[in-house]
Amino acid sequence: MRIVVCVKQVPATTDAKIDPETKRIVREGTKAILNPFDLYAVEEALRIRERCGGEVVALSMGPENAKNVLVEALSMGADRAVLLSGRGFAGSDTWATSYALAKAIERIGGAELIICGKQAVDGDTAQVGPGIAAKLDIMQAANVSSVDDICPDSITVSRMNETGYDVLKLRFPALITVLKDINVPRIPTLRNARKARAAEIAVWSPEDIGAEPDKIGLNASPTRVVKTEPPAVRAGASVRICAAPSEAAKALTEELFRRGLIRADVREESV
Amino acid sequence: MKIIDEFDRRSYRNVWTVSECAGGDIHPVSYELLGKARELAAAGGCEVWTVVLGSGFSEHLDALYAYGADVIVAVDDARMRAFNDELECHVLERLVEKYRPEIVLCAATSRGRALIPRLASRIHTGLTADCTGLAIDPDSGNLLQTRPAFGGNIMATIKCTDYRPQMATVRPKVMPMPSPEPGRTGRLIRESILASDTLNIKEILQTVERREPTVNLSEARIIVAGGRAMKGPDGFRLLEAFAKQLGGAVGASRAAVDNGWIAYPHQIGQTGATVQTDVYIACGISGQIQHLVGMQSCKTIVAIDIDDTTPMMKLADVSVKGDLFEIIPELIKELNKGGSL
Ligand SMILES: Cc1cc2nc3c(=O)[nH]c(=O)nc-3n(C[C@H](O)[C@H](O)[C@H](O)COP(=O)(O)OP(=O)(O)OC[C@H]3O[C@@H](n4cnc5c(N)ncnc54)[C@H](O)[C@@H]3O)c2cc1C
Ligand SMILES: Cc1cc2nc3c(=O)[nH]c(=O)nc-3n(C[C@H](O)[C@H](O)[C@H](O)COP(=O)(O)OP(=O)(O)OC[C@H]3O[C@@H](n4cnc5c(N)ncnc54)[C@H](O)[C@@H]3O)c2cc1C
Repeated sequence: MRIVVCVKQVPATTDAKIDPETKRIVREGTKAILNPFDLYAVEEALRIRERCGGEVVALSMGPENAKNVLVEALSMGADRAVLLSGRGFAGSDTWATSYALAKAIERIGGAELIICGKQAVDGDTAQVGPGIAAKLDIMQAANVSSVDDICPDSITVSRMNETGYDVLKLRFPALITVLKDINVPRIPTLRNARKARAAEIAVWSPEDIGAEPDKIGLNASPTRVVKTEPPAVRAGASVRICAAPSEAAKALTEELFRRGLIRADVREESV
Repeated sequence: MKIIDEFDRRSYRNVWTVSECAGGDIHPVSYELLGKARELAAAGGCEVWTVVLGSGFSEHLDALYAYGADVIVAVDDARMRAFNDELECHVLERLVEKYRPEIVLCAATSRGRALIPRLASRIHTGLTADCTGLAIDPDSGNLLQTRPAFGGNIMATIKCTDYRPQMATVRPKVMPMPSPEPGRTGRLIRESILASDTLNIKEILQTVERREPTVNLSEARIIVAGGRAMKGPDGFRLLEAFAKQLGGAVGASRAAVDNGWIAYPHQIGQTGATVQTDVYIACGISGQIQHLVGMQSCKTIVAIDIDDTTPMMKLADVSVKGDLFEIIPELIKELNKGGSL
């Protein structure tokens, strides 16, 4: 069984700065990390391999230094890693990212199971997982909170929603995106971390994965970010309350009521 | 689908919404989407269509008209009782190719966020996630889509000029609920599931509704959130009582969740939920950036802390300096008084 786990490199904090002149996001000088949600994807892939055998391939698309996040996946225990990198991939939106990752998965030789994180903390769209599944025309389950059963040809998972969960049986090949509740990611051992740093990471260009040039990068991306700006600034502490507890409580309740934020009926209900 | 020429561009018409149906009920966000769609359709001089995929929702069709639908495309089939990504995507793909909408809006619920990216990926068009602003560009007629990214630290405006339909998701409670127009009516188009739609779809073994009160932070109007200062599970019991008085939900910082005082689904921030409530009351949360990104788009932020120099106290619209273990019981008492104002 082969499991491909998709990992993205993201800025360490989402405290993004905007260049006041170019109005573009400044990425220089910000530390990059493995998308926190993808740790859970890697961990789940490893656990399934431990149960069923096979191999775990970590896959990322990004700049050359995104190798670092692949090293992290290797040090947790992934068997090998592939980085998609090259000018042609630059500027990809989620459509083009999904296409490139799907092509790479085909080039890897396909996979029974593909695991993605719930979402990336920078782009925040949660669109890449379902996008890959669509490209490969395979079954998907987003927001998986547990893997309940694995058979040679299928996987049974619980998928969370706002009011409960569904138990789904997906025939391989399939794609799941996983939630943080699914596991507790392992800390790499020193030995594995050292081994991972020495490991060879395959770097593939658009040609290597047989990508059609009009389906990758900025040109193939239907969405275009035309403007970025900081969110409207908040006025900041317009009202400061500093008084004895009962006075403070009264002042806050009145303030909320005055602003129409708590209704009279909320107050009366509890009489 | 990529636009070939001007003639092709003009062949895409009308604003669509995907109404979300679960167990025969229509999710309220569907009406919020219709309100926005009406506005966009008025600017573009076209109709509002809504697609409902589900089972046993016929009693709600009048409401969909009342909230703004000119046309309802209904697929009412027991096989759509529970959400099956592949099946719904196949059906929507056919409908979009058949009727060629210019704009498609969908709820950014757990279901919408799984279904719509799959559709956009299949038909090769753009999809903008979690939009907080949608407007028609008066010059080009394109949809201007504004969304927060980098956890709310950046507002990005996104366009999809060369592909159709233009698609966007919107979270519940972001767009205002329009007022319904009783008696308003429209056309109904019934469509059905074809055999080809059911190829290679997953099996749904079970659907489970949680019995204990669910944590639905994204739909709450008021959130009362606690941090490290809550000291333990008892602190959160106090918060729960406070939240209950306000009709709100309980949130938490990662410090509280990591300490095991409250379950992860309550966590707000970079590695938890992102919320946009009317009121957010932070109790003993210092306001580290990883927490702020999850809640700074809330409309009114209240902070209670003994230290008035924290980032949260500075950011807040209303800040209360003091010991929360003394203030919160007083607040509960105050709210309990009712009608005294
Ligand atoms: C401000 C801003 C706003 C944007 N808004 C949109 C938008 O609304 N619509 C749109 O189509 N694009 C948008 N983009 C582009 C989008 O961020 C990129 O395409 C990005 O590469 C993938 O999207 P994401 O970060 O949202 O990932 P998500 O879809 O949230 O990621 C989900 C999972 O997919 C996997 N994954 C994602 N990216 C990679 C990767 N590069 N390598 C390996 N695995 C990966 C990971 O497992 C990850 O956990 C925006 C970009 C910016 C800067
Ligand atoms: C990659 C990464 C991801 C993260 N993701 C998240 C996330 O999703 N969500 C999140 O919340 N954090 C996240 N964090 C952690 C974040 O950096 C902070 O550590 C955390 O938010 C701090 O929680 P806190 O504000 O409750 O605790 P503290 O920072 O310790 O603040 C406690 C506050 O309570 C006040 N206080 C103490 N006693 C009282 C009292 N009796 N009455 C009133 N006030 C009192 C103190 O003055 C202080 O301001 C993340 C960190 C990293 C590195």
